[in-house]
Amino acid sequence: MSFDAWPRLEPRGEPSPAMVWLTPVIAVAATVVSGMILFTLLGFDPVATLQAYFITPVSTRYGLAELALKATPLTLCAIGLATGFRANIWNIGAEGQLTIGAICGGGVALAAWGHEGPWLLPVMMVAGVLGGMGWAAIPAWLRVRFNASEILTSLMLVYVASLLLDYLMHGPWRDPEGFNFPQSRQFGPDALLPIIVSETRLHLGSPLALVAVFSGWLLLARSFVGFQIRVIGLTPLAAGYAGFNQRRLVWITLMIGGGLSGLAGVIEVAGPIGQLTPSISPGYGFTAIIVAFLGRLHPVGILAAALLVALSYIGGEAAQISLRLPLAVTGVFQGMLLFFLLASDVLIRYRVRLGASSHRRPAPAAQGIR
Amino acid sequence: MEGATTAVAIAVAMIAAATPLIFAALGELVTEKSGMLNLGVEGMMLVGAVSGFAVEATTGSGILAVAAGAVAGMALATLFSVLTLALLANQVATGLALTLFGTGLSALIGKSFVGMPLPGLPHLAVPGLSDLPLIGPLIFGHDLLVYLAIAMTFGVHEFLYRTRPGLILRAVGENHDAAHAIGYPVLKIRFAAVLFGGAMSGIGGAYLSLVYTPMWAENMTAGRGWIALALVVFATWKPARVLAGAWLFGGVSILALHAQGSGVAVPSQFLNMLPYLATILVLVLISRDRTRIRLNAPACLGRSFYPTV
Amino acid sequence: MDRRQFLVSTAAGAVTLAAGTAAVSAADKLKAGFIYVGPVGDFGYSYQHDLGRKAVEKALGDRVETSFAENVSEGADAERVINQFASTGYGIVFATSFGFMNAAVKVAARYPKIKFEHATGYKRGPNLATYSARFYEGRTVVGRIVAHMTKNGKIGYIGSFPIPEVVNGINAFTIALRRIRPDAEVHVIWAGSWYDPGKESAAAKALIDQGCDVICQHTDSPAAVQAAQERGIWAVGQSSDMTSFGPKAHLTAIVENWTGYYVDRVKAVLDDSWKPIDTWGGLSSGMVQLAPLNPAIPADVQDLAKQTIADISSGALHPFAGPIKDQTGKLVVAEGQHASDPDILSMAYFVEGVQGTLPT
Repeated sequence: MSFDAWPRLEPRGEPSPAMVWLTPVIAVAATVVSGMILFTLLGFDPVATLQAYFITPVSTRYGLAELALKATPLTLCAIGLATGFRANIWNIGAEGQLTIGAICGGGVALAAWGHEGPWLLPVMMVAGVLGGMGWAAIPAWLRVRFNASEILTSLMLVYVASLLLDYLMHGPWRDPEGFNFPQSRQFGPDALLPIIVSETRLHLGSPLALVAVFSGWLLLARSFVGFQIRVIGLTPLAAGYAGFNQRRLVWITLMIGGGLSGLAGVIEVAGPIGQLTPSISPGYGFTAIIVAFLGRLHPVGILAAALLVALSYIGGEAAQISLRLPLAVTGVFQGMLLFFLLASDVLIRYRVRLGASSHRRPAPAAQGIR
Repeated sequence: MEGATTAVAIAVAMIAAATPLIFAALGELVTEKSGMLNLGVEGMMLVGAVSGFAVEATTGSGILAVAAGAVAGMALATLFSVLTLALLANQVATGLALTLFGTGLSALIGKSFVGMPLPGLPHLAVPGLSDLPLIGPLIFGHDLLVYLAIAMTFGVHEFLYRTRPGLILRAVGENHDAAHAIGYPVLKIRFAAVLFGGAMSGIGGAYLSLVYTPMWAENMTAGRGWIALALVVFATWKPARVLAGAWLFGGVSILALHAQGSGVAVPSQFLNMLPYLATILVLVLISRDRTRIRLNAPACLGRSFYPTV
Repeated sequence: MDRRQFLVSTAAGAVTLAAGTAAVSAADKLKAGFIYVGPVGDFGYSYQHDLGRKAVEKALGDRVETSFAENVSEGADAERVINQFASTGYGIVFATSFGFMNAAVKVAARYPKIKFEHATGYKRGPNLATYSARFYEGRTVVGRIVAHMTKNGKIGYIGSFPIPEVVNGINAFTIALRRIRPDAEVHVIWAGSWYDPGKESAAAKALIDQGCDVICQHTDSPAAVQAAQERGIWAVGQSSDMTSFGPKAHLTAIVENWTGYYVDRVKAVLDDSWKPIDTWGGLSSGMVQLAPLNPAIPADVQDLAKQTIADISSGALHPFAGPIKDQTGKLVVAEGQHASDPDILSMAYFVEGVQGTLPT
């Protein structure tokens, strides 16, 4: 792994602002080229495949709405997670917090069955947020009180949450008129998020995600808490000297992460699903971790990353159907896309030089996980 | 006597269930000790599982099959290294992407092996000893990889804490800048550690497809890579505790199944929660001593390294 | 994906480009779409449905074109995938898992001219049919075989999820078993998954360690059959013929066969005779079959099995004929009567002789 005779990386003094915008373009271009090679090798028409993958799925109003719909839970979870990641707090259990949010919000809808009113939807949202926060409070408390790593506790609680949902669906909460099949009643109209674009499934939850993006930006860039988060993430020691309360930050970031993931969960059940079922999320909470880093832990970047990742899923589905591209190939292709995006980030902080370097400059400050 | 037989049966099942977790977690432990965080364990396990199966199916050689699992895991680990060491990509996200990639790749490779039976690897049979009551099955009756996993646990411990290369590896994980300043090749050491992690994950996956349930099916690891990752945290980066953690997790899972089979009046979902809850509980108990945990977690875990001067 | 395939598909592409007329005839083809909940490589439920899809292509040749989406989550994604088929010219769409029900209902309402079929559900519409298999009929046959093969009467049963389809299978099996071996007990372990070879293997071993000498399963992987082979006891497979995974252990397997149904239904669309009916096929229709019986099963038991299949097919034997008592000893089906289809479809109790609990 020696770089001496090879094209080598040399740190830039300042991150390149041009590269911040250019690298995703470079990565997508590289993905397109290598995707064409991959598809050709497997016997698929490369141009038609790329078109079926990236263009056809979003060339209709319905398709665009689906893209936003799929990106909504990813954005919400990722913004919450990014807040923690910036402060080196490793909540990887967003999937579990999402599930509990769905259970709590959906539980309110089921409890109110037959006594509904316009008050119901806001109450469900609050219940979902509180549920997610409550589930995230367990790792927070165990970390603060017992020093137990939130990586492990939050991950283990994902499995516990999904088993709890499974129990509720197979037992107490199943639809009394549903022949004992594992699903709840379908929610009444007052428990469903209103559709905002007709003839699509795009609902009020997606604008809520935009609000979260803006609030996340406001919090990180403009508030004292945000300042603390950034400092503690960059230089934990300095944060200690400055007297920042690490415990408080553990609580704050996990509550934000849990609350937003819980909101994502209730939005899924009050939106496109419209009832509680044993499988609410196809792993949004885990995918959101990638989204958070692809978006460079910045709220606006996360929004873009969530849309791109959502497109890579929807496109994979569409290519499977229209071209019979195997799902396995879409997985490999998706992996390649992510690799290129992650690898190209290096160009922001470093420039590529050929031959041995003339002078050596100090590296940028320790980047940690960023 | 019957109680003892049942206890031995549970222990034997527990040891087998824990073995793939031990391999994967030990590999990840060494990776993390060097300061690298590779969350692609699940993907590497799957690729190891399918490659091991494919080689066993075509050559019939168990040793080659296990080796193929290791090599396949290393291939993915190399990809991870290129991205994270050479191109300084974010380790957490790259690891997760590696899992997506590995899941797809293993499914692609495995298309023609679905539904194919294999004989599986032989179990140890020591004349006289393996047939002893209780002790025979408990100590002398496992497949060879079980013994390898236990031997690796002690081997990794010896390597990390009793050898000079192990000391250097830990130093790199603790402070890469200092290690570099003294003149250690940080990137090479990390590359080697990541490769070791890949090989071990690959063997863990191959254990599933060759020994535990000799077959190939898509996603057959069913989340064990994630449990292995959690076990490293659980073990507070100590090899012996990986073994203990894997046995705890495997043991509680098996006990929960036994409880179900004997008709305990608790819904199965709650019984199936027990391994996860037990892991949290024990972690809480062992984490209370704040200073000791701090000493074990590699300080540079997940941080990119760029050589200066 | 070998080289040959690559050449064929490029050649096909060249032909389509060269001859404009080929494209016209392609448009006349009926397109049939299939949505699977698992990967087609699971060698279980989704694999079996995909065999059905391939049979449609084979039987109807160039009159049809099929495609599928695998590993589709039963959450919000299902509706988009079904819609994707409906909006791109498919004439019939099969949603093959229960969790796709409400999504199928919604899309069917949006596309009244397209035919939809939903497996194992109960909601129908003018263009939405349902279909399922009476797996429990096969379970009755298996119960009778096992009753003669078990020595100690302790049977292990690995279930996936406590849904009516699995519960009524366990009950049908237990009823048949205990009419021959009244002392027999059935011990149930829920794996919490349709396909997790490791967990199914561990569950099988736990049951064997508790003394069970026959293992039945309502999960899809052959892991339990392998475990039974290793421990030298009997096993009954599920979904596919699993003989090759444990030739000494494998008594038989309950095999689902969607081939005939799918060919018939697609043909019905071609012939314009498609109706939104409910099909609940069993042994008589061939939708449920038994894998070849293990030669080690004594001849009289083999005959009994064949006779049972004939009796169930002809209606002479009903798997849920009374008297049936539940776990608490309460009479649920009186003598001379049998459980009705809706009762079977929504069954949520265990019969006497089953050791295990259902969530309530």
